[in-house]
This record gives sequence, C-alpha cells and structure tokens, in this order.
Amino acid sequence: MPDFAIRVEGIGKQYRLGAATSRYPTLRDALAGAARQGREFARAPARAAAARRRADTFWALRDVSMDVARGEVVGLVGANGAGKTTLLKILSRITEPTEGRASIAGRVGSLLEVGTGFHPELTGRENVFLNGAILGMRRREIARKFDEIIAFAEVERFVDTPVKHYSSGMYLRLAFAVAAHLEPEILMVDEVLAVGDASFQRKCLGKMSDVAHEGRTVLFVSHNMDAVQRLCDRCVLLDAGRVVADGETAAVVARYLSRGVDGAGPEGVVDLAGARREGTGVVRFRSARYEGEAGGGPPVPGGPLDIELEVDSDGPRTVESLAISIRSAGGTLLVNADAMELGRPMSLHMGANVVRFRIAALHLNPGRYVVGLWAGDAIATTFDHIEAAFALEVVGLREAALGATPARNGAVSCRFDVESFAGEGAAP
Amino acid sequence: MTKEIVAPAAGETEPDAGARSAATARAGPVTPTVVTIAPRRSWGMPDLGELWRFRELLYFLVWRDVKVRYKQTFFGAAWAIIQPLATMAVFSLFFGRLAGIPSDGIPYPLFAFAALVPWTFFANGLAQSANSLVANQNLLRKVYFPRLAIPVAAVMSGLVDFGIACLMLLGLMVGYGVFPTANIIWIPALLALALVTALGAGLWFAALNVQYRDVAYVVPFVVQFWLLATPIAYPSSLLPAPWRILYGLNPMAGVVEGFRWSLLGADTAPGAMLAVSSVAAVAVLVGGALYFRRLEATFADAV
Repeated sequence: MPDFAIRVEGIGKQYRLGAATSRYPTLRDALAGAARQGREFARAPARAAAARRRADTFWALRDVSMDVARGEVVGLVGANGAGKTTLLKILSRITEPTEGRASIAGRVGSLLEVGTGFHPELTGRENVFLNGAILGMRRREIARKFDEIIAFAEVERFVDTPVKHYSSGMYLRLAFAVAAHLEPEILMVDEVLAVGDASFQRKCLGKMSDVAHEGRTVLFVSHNMDAVQRLCDRCVLLDAGRVVADGETAAVVARYLSRGVDGAGPEGVVDLAGARREGTGVVRFRSARYEGEAGGGPPVPGGPLDIELEVDSDGPRTVESLAISIRSAGGTLLVNADAMELGRPMSLHMGANVVRFRIAALHLNPGRYVVGLWAGDAIATTFDHIEAAFALEVVGLREAALGATPARNGAVSCRFDVESFAGEGAAP
Repeated sequence: MTKEIVAPAAGETEPDAGARSAATARAGPVTPTVVTIAPRRSWGMPDLGELWRFRELLYFLVWRDVKVRYKQTFFGAAWAIIQPLATMAVFSLFFGRLAGIPSDGIPYPLFAFAALVPWTFFANGLAQSANSLVANQNLLRKVYFPRLAIPVAAVMSGLVDFGIACLMLLGLMVGYGVFPTANIIWIPALLALALVTALGAGLWFAALNVQYRDVAYVVPFVVQFWLLATPIAYPSSLLPAPWRILYGLNPMAGVVEGFRWSLLGADTAPGAMLAVSSVAAVAVLVGGALYFRRLEATFADAV
C-alpha cells in the first residue's frame, strides 16, 4: 500500500502560444502555416525549427514535484497564472502533462467549478442526477443523498422546476450542494468557494472544513488566504510554473503575501510620470513606494505604513503643504496626512528629493484603497496634485481574503469588546 | 495514460471502485489503486473497459440528450416522424411519380420510408456526434471521464427517435398491406451496422472539430452527398450485380437494402453486399477510434 495519496515527479506542461492566441484555427490557417513553415524549413531547417519552438511555446508548469500524504490537507497558492489550475487539471486527468509523471492512490473527485454540465432545460432533480454522474457518483449513491442535497441547497420547493427559472443564488446553491456530497478519497478543489454571497460562502467553507477534518486527502487551490489558513496544514507556493515554497501554511502564506499580489504589492516602485495630475508643475511627484512592516511586508490593519515619495523641484523651494490622502475604492476620503498639520514645511532642493511619510497605526480594514498626493503652498496654490497615484492593498494575515475580499461592514477598523449577561427575570 | 497504469487493470478512477473492492475484500483495509499520469505518445485503442465502468455516466448523457432534444418545441417528439415523413413525400412525388424510378415492386412511399428510417438515424447520429465534443466543451475542460462517452452518447440518443419512426413504418406497412417477413430478426443487426457507421464517421469529425471548426460546415455537405450515394430514392438493383457488391463499401447502402429486404421482402437478398458493408463500417470505426484516442489528450486544451 503506497504511503502517499498524490506523488508528483517533475511535472511540466508546455502550451503552444499560437494555439492559445487564435482559439479557433481554421483549416486554411493550418495549411497556410504549414506552407510557410515548409518554405522556412527548406531555407534553413534547423534554425527555423528551433526559432519556432522558442517563439511559440511556453511552460505553464516546469519541474514541479511534491508529495501529499494520505489525509493531508494541502493548499496550493500563487498569483494568477502561476500554474495552480494547470496542475490541478493534470492531477485530475483533464489534461496531460508534457513531461514528468504523477501517481494518484485512491478515488479522485475534482471540482474545478460547481455545476459542470447543468442543463438549463432540466429540472433541479434531473440536474442533481446528471451532475452527480458527471462528478463520478453512482446513481444509487445520488438517490440515497438526494434529500440531503436538496435540503443543503434550500431549494425543496423548486425541485421539479427547470433550473433556467432559478435565481442565480439558488442555482449556485444547488450546484455546490451536489459537489459537497461527493465522497472521494482524494478531493481536488479549485476556487469554487469564490462564488455566491457572503453567507453562502461561509456555508461552503464550513462544509469544506468538515470534509477536511474527516481524514480525506484534499488539494485546495485558492486566493482566499483566510480559507487556506483555516483548512490547510501545509501549503505549496507556485510562481511562474515552479514550486518556490512548500511547508507550513502560515510561513508560506506570509511569503506569498510579502511578494505582493498580482503586481499590487509594496515591493514595486510606482512611476508617476504618466499619472493624471494638475498644478503649476514647479514641484512634481516622480515616483512612490510603500511598505507595511519594515522589510517590505504589506500593510496590515493597525500596523504601520511607510510611504516614500521621490519629488522633483525646479529650484530650492519651501513647500508648506505636502500631503497624502487615502480614499476608499468608492472615493470616500478616509485619511489626509498633511505636513502643514504638523507645522513642518518641507524644504526641497533643486532636483531630486525624497519625502518619507510614516503612519504609525493604520486603522483600515483589509481591502484596496487609492492613494492621492498633493503639494502646494499655504494659500492653496497647487504645485502638483495627483488624485489617484497608486492603489494600496491592506491585507489581514488572518482575516483578509486577497483578491476576493469579502464585503466588510466598513473601511475603518476599531478595537471593540462585547459581552452578554443575564437580564432581570432570566431563568437561573 | 492507458499504457502507464501500474496497479490493477486500467486507470481505476471509476466512481464506485472503492466501494466495490471494499465489498469483495471486507476483511482488510481497502487498497487504493494507483493511477499513473504521464505523457503518452503511442497510438492505441481507447480503453473500452473504462468506458464500461462509466456506463452510468453514458446512460445519463444519453438520457439528457433525449430529454432536452425536443424541449421548448411545439411538435415535440413528433419531429422524429415529421423529418423522414416529409422527405418521403418529396421523394415519392419527384422520384416515384415524376421520374418514375423503379422500386423493386414495392409501393414507392413504403420503399422510400423503409430506407429513410435508418438513414435519418444515421444522419442525425453523425451530425450530433460530430458536434458533440464542441457542444460539451464545458465538460471536457472541467471534468475527467472517458471522452469517448460523449460521441457514443450522441449517437445512441437517436435510438429513441428511431424507435418512434419504426412504429410509424410498421403502421405504414399495415396501411399498404405489406407484412414483414421472418427476416425481421435481422433488424437489430442492421441497426447496429448503422450505429457503427455513424459512430465511426462521427469520431473522425468530432475529433477534427475540436481543432478545426470547419467541420461544422463540412458535415452537412457530407451528409447530403452520402444521402445521394445511398440507394434511398432508388434501388441498388439499378446497378449490375457485381457492382452492387462493391456498392456495399458504402455501409449505409448495405443497411438500407437490408432494411427493405428484411421488412418488405424485397427480392434481392443483400448478403454479399452486407458483408462488404460490415467490413467497411468496422474499418471506419476502428480508424475513427484510433484517431480519436490519438487526439484525446489535446481536447481539453484545444477545444
């Protein structure tokens, strides 16, 4: 009996770029392409072939190896395009690897989306059976769990209504309910929790953690760091098709977050040369960068935020008012930190200057905010004003969901306490 | 993948595998089967055992196609009869009446309809299976199962229509006072021949269609030419006997003549022709299956 559930050895997947860009190549294109390649080949065979290989292909995955022990719950994290879904597709045999091999010991259930194969003309009942069969359940098994599935989805009254008449919420609930009752030995899940409203997401997550705690092997792909941290003991971080970290969840997630998500992270310097701005231009913001914890982490609620600006001046100049503003994604002004408030005019030299802001405790909930920059004099002459200079991503190591931040009650965080006690006349 | 399997039989991802081995070996813990995933390069036949293990999925796919086919149509399942019946009327008028084409001593409408029933099954089966992979691309991209199930289900879903049309044919025979001969027992075999032909050609087109959507435009032409190349509006007895056997290279010629012979008692027993047809049909099917299996690995990426 093998001691692993999933063993991946040097898996690689190469895609042809041509095939990816023109999705429906016609026969004519193929013939024309063949003719052209033939001509090139006739001229310089080896060179043409090598050039074509280089130009038209890329590796979505390369040299990926990992073991998943039986009963282990492993998260697969990484930015968009890192190869997570490709790996999951290979392991669930939807697509073939170009090189390497993988072994799977046990019955696999894979969920790349919910509701695969749902047909709008069929009723809820019919779709449950169809979708169950597609996911690999036996008819008897589905019949046995049918009532449970319908109850979980809360669509009892509409069982015999075609799903095209369902609301999108009912449709998703039914789709997830079928998937949730799949009982494979190895479960592979891709981002299916990122659907539905907040309460439904909670329900899904609850079901997922039940599954995870039943001793099944789970491979879980998600951008939702909260879900990953709740479910997974171990995480594998993919970047550009390669494994860059593999280990305890907290460490891998922290590493993933510190790399920044999809380019919106603190490590990059934002070039402001092309920003939409107004003002006389005697002073100009050239670039900006930000970080949370010293050492380059992203800002977290209640933590510090450092913003460093490069400012050009056309001569020695005293700038009374130099400010950063933070707005919500909806445009509400949340923070305005102005040097004038401190009574500390900035003396700029001719040429390049560096201005550093430090917010000791940033009371913002996880989410995406917009930072604006302002420079002017005391009587409100605008030297340079960029209303939206760059996006600021506040993350919560524990609570935040990057990329798919759940709707929060508000932008601002506060410390609070709550307790309950018996009122007058309460039973003892 | 089929060649790379390590432990028992072929890739056991079958739904109930765990449960079943548990039933047979209750004593010890269930030994999970190991599936090895690796690139495959060789030619080979699709794994029919695996298709068999997924027979419930196959059933549900057929069931879905049957259920959905006439949803939101006014005439519903009557379409299964309207199609061949309308064609029969046109053929009877133009070929039977105006052109005076012979019909082996059988009333021309019956002569045409007996051929149109299996032909309609074949033509729909071919068209449906050719389009099946593209129509089910969401399944191909998101779930694993033997890909063969999709075109097979597409062809098989036409069996219901075929059954309905057969009843109509029997009614028509009664109307004309023609009663089937004992050779009617050959009908299932003839139907199987039509199915094999439709599936064989369907596999080629379905696999090609994933890469080249030109197929969608080619198939209607192919069906049209094939119709003319099959003795539906005319009897194969127009050809001299030795050529008739060669005609069997079109498997549908054998099917159609077989139907007339077994149901209507047309005097020519198409034995030799059917033998040629069977060989041709199996060759098309095997070729289609090989080609299908060869391209199978690329479906999810290319569709």
